[in-house]
Amino acid sequence: MNLNLTLIGQTLTFLVFVWICKSSIWPPIMAAMRQRQETIADGLAASERAEQDLASAKAEVAQQLTQAKGEAAEIIEQARARAAQMVEEAKSDARAEGERVKESANAEIAQDANRVKEDLRAQVSTLAIAGAERVLGERIDAAKHADLLDRLAAEL
Amino acid sequence: MAGDGQTSQEYIQHHLTNLTFGRLEDGTMGFAHSSAEAAQMGFWSINVDSMAWSLILGVIFIWIFKKVADSATSGVPGPLQNGVEMVVDFIDDTTRSVFSYTNDLVAPLALTIFVWVFFMNLMDLIPVDWIPQAAHAIGISHMKVVPSTDPNITMAMAFSVFALILYYSIKCKGVGGFLGELAFHPFGKLGAPVNLILEGVTLIAKPLSLGLRLFGNMYAGEMIFILIAIMFSGGAVLFAFGGVLQLGWALFHVLIITLQAFIFAVLTVVYLTQAHDVEEH
Repeated sequence: MNLNLTLIGQTLTFLVFVWICKSSIWPPIMAAMRQRQETIADGLAASERAEQDLASAKAEVAQQLTQAKGEAAEIIEQARARAAQMVEEAKSDARAEGERVKESANAEIAQDANRVKEDLRAQVSTLAIAGAERVLGERIDAAKHADLLDRLAAEL
Repeated sequence: MAGDGQTSQEYIQHHLTNLTFGRLEDGTMGFAHSSAEAAQMGFWSINVDSMAWSLILGVIFIWIFKKVADSATSGVPGPLQNGVEMVVDFIDDTTRSVFSYTNDLVAPLALTIFVWVFFMNLMDLIPVDWIPQAAHAIGISHMKVVPSTDPNITMAMAFSVFALILYYSIKCKGVGGFLGELAFHPFGKLGAPVNLILEGVTLIAKPLSLGLRLFGNMYAGEMIFILIAIMFSGGAVLFAFGGVLQLGWALFHVLIITLQAFIFAVLTVVYLTQAHDVEEH
Protein backbone atom coordinates (compact mmCIF):
# COMPACT_ATOMS: atom_id res chain seq x y z
CA MET A 1 0.00 0.00 0.00
CA ASN A 2 2.04 2.84 -1.29
CA LEU A 3 0.62 6.28 -1.88
CA ASN A 4 1.63 7.89 -5.15
CA LEU A 5 0.47 10.25 -7.89
CA THR A 6 -2.74 8.25 -8.22
CA LEU A 7 -3.86 10.15 -5.13
CA ILE A 8 -3.62 13.46 -6.96
CA GLY A 9 -5.01 12.08 -10.21
CA GLN A 10 -8.03 10.67 -8.43
CA THR A 11 -8.54 13.92 -6.51
CA LEU A 12 -8.64 15.92 -9.74
CA THR A 13 -10.95 13.39 -11.40
CA PHE A 14 -13.19 13.44 -8.35
CA LEU A 15 -13.44 17.23 -8.32
CA VAL A 16 -14.22 17.33 -12.05
CA PHE A 17 -16.96 14.70 -11.73
CA VAL A 18 -18.49 16.42 -8.70
CA TRP A 19 -18.44 19.71 -10.58
CA ILE A 20 -20.15 18.17 -13.64
CA CYS A 21 -22.70 16.51 -11.40
CA LYS A 22 -23.38 19.74 -9.53
CA SER A 23 -23.59 21.97 -12.58
CA SER A 24 -25.36 19.91 -15.21
CA ILE A 25 -26.79 16.70 -13.78
CA TRP A 26 -28.39 17.46 -10.44
CA PRO A 27 -30.37 20.63 -11.36
CA PRO A 28 -32.21 19.33 -14.46
CA ILE A 29 -33.11 16.00 -12.86
CA MET A 30 -34.37 17.71 -9.71
CA ALA A 31 -36.26 20.25 -11.79
CA ALA A 32 -37.96 17.49 -13.77
CA MET A 33 -38.87 15.65 -10.58
CA ARG A 34 -40.22 18.77 -8.87
CA GLN A 35 -42.24 19.66 -11.94
CA ARG A 36 -43.69 16.16 -12.13
CA GLN A 37 -44.63 16.36 -8.45
CA GLU A 38 -46.45 19.61 -9.15
CA THR A 39 -48.17 18.14 -12.19
CA ILE A 40 -49.34 15.16 -10.19
CA ALA A 41 -50.51 17.37 -7.32
CA ASP A 42 -52.39 19.58 -9.79
CA GLY A 43 -53.91 16.52 -11.43
CA LEU A 44 -55.10 15.17 -8.12
CA ALA A 45 -56.56 18.53 -7.15
CA ALA A 46 -58.27 18.79 -10.55
CA SER A 47 -59.78 15.34 -10.22
CA GLU A 48 -61.06 16.22 -6.75
CA ARG A 49 -62.59 19.40 -8.13
CA ALA A 50 -64.14 17.43 -10.99
CA GLU A 51 -65.62 15.02 -8.46
CA GLN A 52 -67.16 17.90 -6.54
CA ASP A 53 -68.47 19.41 -9.78
CA LEU A 54 -69.98 16.08 -10.71
CA ALA A 55 -71.66 15.78 -7.31
CA SER A 56 -73.13 19.29 -7.52
CA ALA A 57 -74.23 18.66 -11.12
CA LYS A 58 -75.95 15.48 -10.00
CA ALA A 59 -77.71 17.34 -7.22
CA GLU A 60 -78.84 20.01 -9.67
CA VAL A 61 -80.07 17.38 -12.11
CA ALA A 62 -82.05 15.72 -9.33
CA GLN A 63 -83.54 19.06 -8.33
CA GLN A 64 -84.46 19.94 -11.90
CA LEU A 65 -85.94 16.52 -12.39
CA THR A 66 -88.13 16.95 -9.34
CA GLN A 67 -89.18 20.38 -10.52
CA ALA A 68 -89.94 19.08 -14.01
CA LYS A 69 -91.98 16.25 -12.55
CA GLY A 70 -93.94 18.75 -10.49
CA GLU A 71 -94.56 20.92 -13.53
CA ALA A 72 -95.58 17.92 -15.60
CA ALA A 73 -98.05 16.85 -12.92
CA GLU A 74 -99.47 20.38 -12.82
CA ILE A 75 -99.82 20.46 -16.60
CA ILE A 76 -101.55 17.08 -16.60
CA GLU A 77 -103.89 18.30 -13.88
CA GLN A 78 -104.71 21.42 -15.85
CA ALA A 79 -105.28 19.38 -19.00
CA ARG A 80 -107.58 17.06 -17.14
CA ALA A 81 -109.56 19.98 -15.76
CA ARG A 82 -109.70 21.55 -19.19
CA ALA A 83 -110.88 18.26 -20.70
CA ALA A 84 -113.59 17.92 -18.07
CA GLN A 85 -114.64 21.50 -18.72
CA MET A 86 -114.73 20.88 -22.46
CA VAL A 87 -116.84 17.79 -21.96
CA GLU A 88 -119.19 19.79 -19.78
CA GLU A 89 -119.40 22.55 -22.38
CA ALA A 90 -120.00 20.03 -25.12
CA LYS A 91 -122.69 18.41 -23.05
CA SER A 92 -124.46 21.68 -22.34
CA ASP A 93 -124.10 22.72 -25.98
CA ALA A 94 -125.55 19.47 -27.09
CA ARG A 95 -128.35 19.82 -24.58
CA ALA A 96 -129.14 23.34 -25.80
CA GLU A 97 -128.96 22.22 -29.40
CA GLY A 98 -131.27 19.33 -28.66
CA GLU A 99 -133.61 21.72 -26.90
CA ARG A 100 -133.54 24.03 -29.85
CA VAL A 101 -134.10 21.24 -32.35
CA LYS A 102 -136.97 19.96 -30.26
CA GLU A 103 -138.51 23.38 -30.04
CA SER A 104 -138.25 24.00 -33.74
CA ALA A 105 -139.71 20.56 -34.38
CA ASN A 106 -142.54 21.33 -31.97
CA ALA A 107 -143.11 24.64 -33.65
CA GLU A 108 -143.18 22.99 -37.02
CA ILE A 109 -145.56 20.39 -35.77
CA ALA A 110 -147.80 23.09 -34.33
CA GLN A 111 -147.62 25.00 -37.52
CA ASP A 112 -148.51 21.89 -39.53
CA ALA A 113 -151.37 21.18 -37.19
CA ASN A 114 -152.68 24.72 -37.57
CA ARG A 115 -152.35 24.51 -41.28
CA VAL A 116 -154.28 21.26 -41.31
CA LYS A 117 -156.89 22.84 -39.05
CA GLU A 118 -157.16 25.79 -41.39
CA ASP A 119 -157.51 23.43 -44.32
CA LEU A 120 -160.11 21.48 -42.48
CA ARG A 121 -161.82 24.65 -41.44
CA ALA A 122 -161.85 25.77 -45.04
CA GLN A 123 -163.35 22.52 -46.15
CA VAL A 124 -165.91 22.37 -43.30
CA SER A 125 -168.34 24.65 -45.06
CA THR A 126 -168.22 22.57 -48.19
CA LEU A 127 -168.82 19.44 -46.19
CA ALA A 128 -171.54 21.10 -44.18
CA ILE A 129 -173.29 22.31 -47.36
CA ALA A 130 -172.94 18.86 -48.89
CA GLY A 131 -174.32 17.31 -45.69
CA ALA A 132 -177.14 19.83 -45.47
CA GLU A 133 -178.06 19.35 -49.17
CA ARG A 134 -178.30 15.70 -48.49
CA VAL A 135 -180.44 16.39 -45.48
CA LEU A 136 -182.61 18.98 -47.18
CA GLY A 137 -182.50 17.38 -50.54
CA GLU A 138 -182.13 20.61 -52.31
CA ARG A 139 -179.44 22.92 -53.32
CA ILE A 140 -178.39 25.49 -50.91
CA ASP A 141 -177.25 28.70 -52.29
CA ALA A 142 -173.82 29.14 -50.81
CA ALA A 143 -173.90 32.79 -51.35
CA LYS A 144 -177.21 33.11 -49.41
CA HIS A 145 -175.95 31.29 -46.43
CA ALA A 146 -172.40 32.45 -46.51
CA ASP A 147 -172.84 34.30 -43.32
CA LEU A 148 -174.17 31.25 -41.52
CA LEU A 149 -171.41 29.05 -42.86
CA ASP A 150 -168.71 31.42 -41.85
CA ARG A 151 -170.02 31.44 -38.31
CA LEU A 152 -170.12 27.69 -38.30
CA ALA A 153 -166.56 27.48 -39.55
CA ALA A 154 -165.46 29.89 -36.89
CA GLU A 155 -167.06 27.74 -34.23
CA LEU A 156 -165.11 24.70 -35.29
CA MET B 1 -6.51 -20.71 -11.45
CA ALA B 2 -3.13 -20.41 -9.85
CA GLY B 3 -1.69 -22.02 -12.94
CA ASP B 4 1.24 -20.97 -15.07
CA GLY B 5 3.62 -22.40 -12.48
CA GLN B 6 2.61 -19.81 -9.88
CA THR B 7 2.48 -20.70 -6.22
CA SER B 8 -0.58 -19.59 -4.31
CA GLN B 9 1.46 -16.87 -2.69
CA GLU B 10 2.66 -15.55 -6.02
CA TYR B 11 -0.90 -15.69 -7.33
CA ILE B 12 -2.22 -13.60 -4.45
CA GLN B 13 0.72 -11.23 -4.68
CA HIS B 14 0.11 -10.82 -8.39
CA HIS B 15 -3.54 -10.04 -7.85
CA LEU B 16 -2.80 -7.42 -5.25
CA THR B 17 -0.23 -5.54 -7.29
CA ASN B 18 -1.19 -2.47 -9.24
CA LEU B 19 -0.01 -1.73 -12.73
CA THR B 20 2.35 1.05 -11.67
CA PHE B 21 4.00 3.42 -14.10
CA GLY B 22 7.02 5.43 -13.03
CA ARG B 23 10.80 5.75 -13.05
CA LEU B 24 12.47 2.33 -12.88
CA GLU B 25 15.69 1.63 -11.00
CA ASP B 26 17.79 1.96 -14.12
CA GLY B 27 16.44 5.48 -14.68
CA THR B 28 14.05 4.74 -17.58
CA MET B 29 10.29 5.28 -17.43
CA GLY B 30 8.19 2.12 -17.49
CA PHE B 31 5.84 -0.25 -15.71
CA ALA B 32 6.91 -1.91 -12.49
CA HIS B 33 7.25 -5.68 -12.79
CA SER B 34 6.63 -6.47 -9.14
CA SER B 35 5.19 -4.84 -6.04
CA ALA B 36 8.73 -4.32 -4.73
CA GLU B 37 9.65 -2.41 -7.86
CA ALA B 38 6.44 -0.39 -7.60
CA ALA B 39 7.25 0.49 -3.99
CA GLN B 40 10.72 1.68 -4.99
CA MET B 41 9.20 4.17 -7.44
CA GLY B 42 7.98 6.19 -4.47
CA PHE B 43 5.43 8.93 -4.79
CA TRP B 44 6.19 9.96 -8.37
CA SER B 45 4.50 7.01 -10.00
CA ILE B 46 0.94 6.28 -10.95
CA ASN B 47 -1.29 3.24 -10.66
CA VAL B 48 -2.48 3.15 -14.24
CA ASP B 49 -5.06 0.39 -13.69
CA SER B 50 -6.76 2.07 -10.70
CA MET B 51 -6.74 5.40 -12.46
CA ALA B 52 -8.10 3.97 -15.72
CA TRP B 53 -10.89 1.93 -14.13
CA SER B 54 -11.84 4.76 -11.82
CA LEU B 55 -11.99 7.11 -14.79
CA ILE B 56 -13.96 4.65 -16.95
CA LEU B 57 -16.49 4.03 -14.17
CA GLY B 58 -16.76 7.74 -13.42
CA VAL B 59 -17.37 8.47 -17.07
CA ILE B 60 -20.04 5.75 -17.19
CA PHE B 61 -21.72 7.41 -14.20
CA ILE B 62 -21.53 10.88 -15.75
CA TRP B 63 -22.64 9.55 -19.15
CA ILE B 64 -25.74 7.75 -17.82
CA PHE B 65 -26.80 10.58 -15.53
CA LYS B 66 -26.03 13.30 -18.07
CA LYS B 67 -28.06 11.48 -20.69
CA VAL B 68 -31.03 11.43 -18.34
CA ALA B 69 -30.45 15.02 -17.23
CA ASP B 70 -30.41 16.24 -20.84
CA SER B 71 -33.60 14.44 -21.78
CA ALA B 72 -35.27 14.73 -18.39
CA THR B 73 -38.99 15.06 -18.81
CA SER B 74 -41.51 15.89 -16.15
CA GLY B 75 -43.95 13.69 -18.05
CA VAL B 76 -43.89 9.90 -18.02
CA PRO B 77 -40.25 8.87 -17.44
CA GLY B 78 -38.58 6.04 -19.34
CA PRO B 79 -37.01 3.10 -17.51
CA LEU B 80 -33.54 4.70 -17.44
CA GLN B 81 -34.85 8.01 -16.16
CA ASN B 82 -36.91 6.12 -13.61
CA GLY B 83 -33.87 4.31 -12.27
CA VAL B 84 -31.74 7.45 -12.20
CA GLU B 85 -34.50 9.40 -10.49
CA MET B 86 -34.81 6.67 -7.87
CA VAL B 87 -31.14 7.08 -6.99
CA VAL B 88 -31.31 10.88 -7.10
CA ASP B 89 -34.44 10.92 -4.96
CA PHE B 90 -32.87 8.51 -2.48
CA ILE B 91 -29.78 10.69 -2.12
CA ASP B 92 -31.90 13.83 -1.96
CA ASP B 93 -34.03 12.38 0.85
CA THR B 94 -30.99 11.19 2.76
CA THR B 95 -29.24 14.53 2.38
CA ARG B 96 -32.31 16.48 3.43
CA SER B 97 -32.80 14.35 6.53
CA VAL B 98 -29.25 15.08 7.72
CA PHE B 99 -28.22 18.39 6.16
CA SER B 100 -30.55 21.31 6.89
CA TYR B 101 -28.46 24.20 5.54
CA THR B 102 -28.62 25.80 2.11
CA ASN B 103 -25.78 24.45 0.00
CA ASP B 104 -26.12 23.36 -3.61
CA LEU B 105 -22.96 21.30 -3.49
CA VAL B 106 -23.71 18.75 -0.79
CA ALA B 107 -26.41 16.69 -2.49
CA PRO B 108 -24.64 16.40 -5.89
CA LEU B 109 -21.44 15.58 -4.01
CA ALA B 110 -23.20 12.79 -2.13
CA LEU B 111 -24.73 11.53 -5.39
CA THR B 112 -21.36 11.45 -7.15
CA ILE B 113 -19.73 9.65 -4.22
CA PHE B 114 -22.54 7.14 -3.84
CA VAL B 115 -22.85 6.13 -7.49
CA TRP B 116 -19.16 6.28 -8.34
CA VAL B 117 -18.04 4.34 -5.27
CA PHE B 118 -20.83 1.85 -5.91
CA PHE B 119 -19.61 1.34 -9.49
CA MET B 120 -16.02 0.95 -8.30
CA ASN B 121 -17.09 -1.58 -5.66
CA LEU B 122 -19.24 -3.35 -8.22
CA MET B 123 -16.07 -4.37 -10.10
CA ASP B 124 -15.43 -6.67 -7.15
CA LEU B 125 -18.27 -8.93 -8.31
CA ILE B 126 -16.58 -9.66 -11.64
CA PRO B 127 -14.74 -12.98 -11.18
CA VAL B 128 -11.22 -12.07 -10.05
CA ASP B 129 -9.41 -13.67 -12.98
CA TRP B 130 -11.43 -12.55 -15.97
CA ILE B 131 -10.03 -9.09 -16.58
CA PRO B 132 -6.44 -9.76 -15.34
CA GLN B 133 -6.21 -12.85 -17.59
CA ALA B 134 -7.58 -10.91 -20.55
CA ALA B 135 -5.08 -8.14 -19.84
CA HIS B 136 -2.31 -10.71 -19.55
CA ALA B 137 -3.28 -12.08 -22.96
CA ILE B 138 -2.65 -8.66 -24.55
CA GLY B 139 0.62 -8.19 -22.72
CA ILE B 140 -0.32 -6.21 -19.60
CA SER B 141 1.47 -7.73 -16.63
CA HIS B 142 -0.72 -6.53 -13.73
CA MET B 143 -4.34 -5.47 -13.55
CA LYS B 144 -6.24 -4.61 -10.38
CA VAL B 145 -9.79 -3.98 -11.49
CA VAL B 146 -11.40 -2.73 -8.26
CA PRO B 147 -10.28 0.90 -7.85
CA SER B 148 -11.65 1.06 -4.30
CA THR B 149 -9.13 -1.58 -3.19
CA ASP B 150 -6.43 0.99 -3.94
CA PRO B 151 -5.91 3.31 -0.93
CA ASN B 152 -4.85 6.07 -3.34
CA ILE B 153 -8.36 6.17 -4.76
CA THR B 154 -10.26 6.04 -1.48
CA MET B 155 -7.92 8.43 0.33
CA ALA B 156 -8.05 10.88 -2.57
CA MET B 157 -11.81 11.11 -2.18
CA ALA B 158 -11.54 11.25 1.60
CA PHE B 159 -9.00 14.09 1.46
CA SER B 160 -11.17 15.97 -1.02
CA VAL B 161 -14.06 15.69 1.41
CA PHE B 162 -11.71 16.76 4.22
CA ALA B 163 -10.74 19.84 2.24
CA LEU B 164 -14.41 20.68 1.87
CA ILE B 165 -14.91 20.16 5.62
CA LEU B 166 -12.11 22.62 6.37
CA TYR B 167 -13.37 25.08 3.76
CA TYR B 168 -16.94 25.14 5.03
CA SER B 169 -15.85 25.12 8.69
CA ILE B 170 -13.83 28.26 8.14
CA LYS B 171 -16.45 29.79 5.84
CA CYS B 172 -19.30 29.26 8.31
CA LYS B 173 -17.50 29.84 11.61
CA GLY B 174 -14.61 32.06 10.58
CA VAL B 175 -11.00 31.18 11.28
CA GLY B 176 -11.37 32.21 14.92
CA GLY B 177 -14.59 30.31 15.38
CA PHE B 178 -13.11 27.18 13.89
CA LEU B 179 -9.93 27.34 15.95
CA GLY B 180 -12.01 28.20 19.01
CA GLU B 181 -14.10 25.12 18.45
CA LEU B 182 -10.91 23.06 18.34
CA ALA B 183 -9.35 24.70 21.40
CA PHE B 184 -12.23 25.37 23.82
CA HIS B 185 -14.10 22.09 23.58
CA PRO B 186 -15.00 20.05 25.50
CA PHE B 187 -13.23 21.28 28.66
CA GLY B 188 -13.40 25.06 28.34
CA LYS B 189 -10.52 27.56 28.08
CA LEU B 190 -8.41 26.12 30.87
CA GLY B 191 -8.15 22.76 29.18
CA ALA B 192 -7.05 24.17 25.83
CA PRO B 193 -4.06 21.81 25.24
CA VAL B 194 -6.13 18.72 26.04
CA ASN B 195 -8.98 20.08 23.95
CA LEU B 196 -6.69 20.67 21.00
CA ILE B 197 -5.43 17.10 21.13
CA LEU B 198 -8.90 15.62 21.47
CA GLU B 199 -10.53 17.74 18.80
CA GLY B 200 -7.50 17.47 16.54
CA VAL B 201 -7.68 13.69 16.65
CA THR B 202 -11.41 13.84 15.98
CA LEU B 203 -10.80 16.07 12.98
CA ILE B 204 -7.98 13.97 11.54
CA ALA B 205 -9.99 10.80 12.14
CA LYS B 206 -12.66 12.00 9.74
CA PRO B 207 -10.80 11.59 6.42
CA LEU B 208 -8.85 8.59 7.68
CA SER B 209 -11.96 6.71 8.77
CA LEU B 210 -13.74 7.64 5.54
CA GLY B 211 -10.98 6.47 3.21
CA LEU B 212 -9.62 3.55 5.19
CA ARG B 213 -13.04 2.09 5.96
CA LEU B 214 -13.89 1.81 2.26
CA PHE B 215 -10.41 0.61 1.36
CA GLY B 216 -10.35 -1.96 4.17
CA ASN B 217 -13.73 -3.41 3.37
CA MET B 218 -13.07 -3.68 -0.34
CA TYR B 219 -9.52 -4.99 0.11
CA ALA B 220 -10.70 -7.69 2.48
CA GLY B 221 -13.58 -8.60 0.19
CA GLU B 222 -11.25 -8.83 -2.80
CA MET B 223 -8.83 -10.93 -0.75
CA ILE B 224 -11.55 -13.43 0.09
CA PHE B 225 -12.54 -13.68 -3.57
CA ILE B 226 -8.89 -14.38 -4.42
CA LEU B 227 -8.63 -17.06 -1.73
CA ILE B 228 -11.80 -18.69 -3.02
CA ALA B 229 -10.37 -18.54 -6.54
CA ILE B 230 -7.32 -20.48 -5.32
CA MET B 231 -9.61 -23.27 -4.14
CA PHE B 232 -10.76 -23.82 -7.73
CA SER B 233 -7.41 -25.35 -8.60
CA GLY B 234 -7.42 -27.70 -5.61
CA GLY B 235 -9.33 -30.69 -6.99
CA ALA B 236 -13.00 -31.55 -7.55
CA VAL B 237 -14.13 -31.37 -3.91
CA LEU B 238 -12.46 -28.06 -3.22
CA PHE B 239 -13.73 -26.80 -6.57
CA ALA B 240 -17.34 -27.53 -5.62
CA PHE B 241 -16.84 -26.09 -2.14
CA GLY B 242 -15.21 -23.02 -3.65
CA GLY B 243 -18.18 -22.59 -5.98
CA VAL B 244 -20.60 -22.55 -3.05
CA LEU B 245 -18.39 -20.11 -1.14
CA GLN B 246 -18.01 -17.89 -4.21
CA LEU B 247 -21.78 -17.67 -4.63
CA GLY B 248 -22.37 -17.02 -0.92
CA TRP B 249 -19.66 -14.39 -0.64
CA ALA B 250 -20.74 -12.67 -3.85
CA LEU B 251 -24.33 -12.42 -2.61
CA PHE B 252 -23.15 -11.07 0.72
CA HIS B 253 -20.81 -8.71 -1.07
CA VAL B 254 -23.72 -7.17 -3.00
CA LEU B 255 -24.86 -5.89 0.38
CA ILE B 256 -21.39 -4.74 1.42
CA ILE B 257 -20.59 -2.76 -1.73
CA THR B 258 -23.91 -0.92 -1.58
CA LEU B 259 -23.55 -0.29 2.13
CA GLN B 260 -19.99 0.98 1.83
CA ALA B 261 -20.95 3.37 -0.96
CA PHE B 262 -23.87 4.59 1.11
CA ILE B 263 -21.77 4.97 4.27
CA PHE B 264 -19.16 7.03 2.42
CA ALA B 265 -21.85 9.31 1.00
CA VAL B 266 -23.78 9.71 4.24
CA LEU B 267 -20.68 10.31 6.38
CA THR B 268 -19.63 12.99 3.91
CA VAL B 269 -22.97 14.70 4.41
CA VAL B 270 -22.74 14.29 8.19
CA TYR B 271 -19.22 15.77 8.33
CA LEU B 272 -20.29 18.70 6.15
CA THR B 273 -23.28 19.24 8.44
CA GLN B 274 -20.91 19.42 11.40
CA ALA B 275 -18.79 21.88 9.44
CA HIS B 276 -21.87 24.09 8.97
CA ASP B 277 -23.03 23.79 12.59
CA VAL B 278 -22.22 27.02 14.38
CA GLU B 279 -22.48 26.18 18.05
CA GLU B 280 -23.90 28.87 20.23
CA HIS B 281 -22.30 29.63 23.60
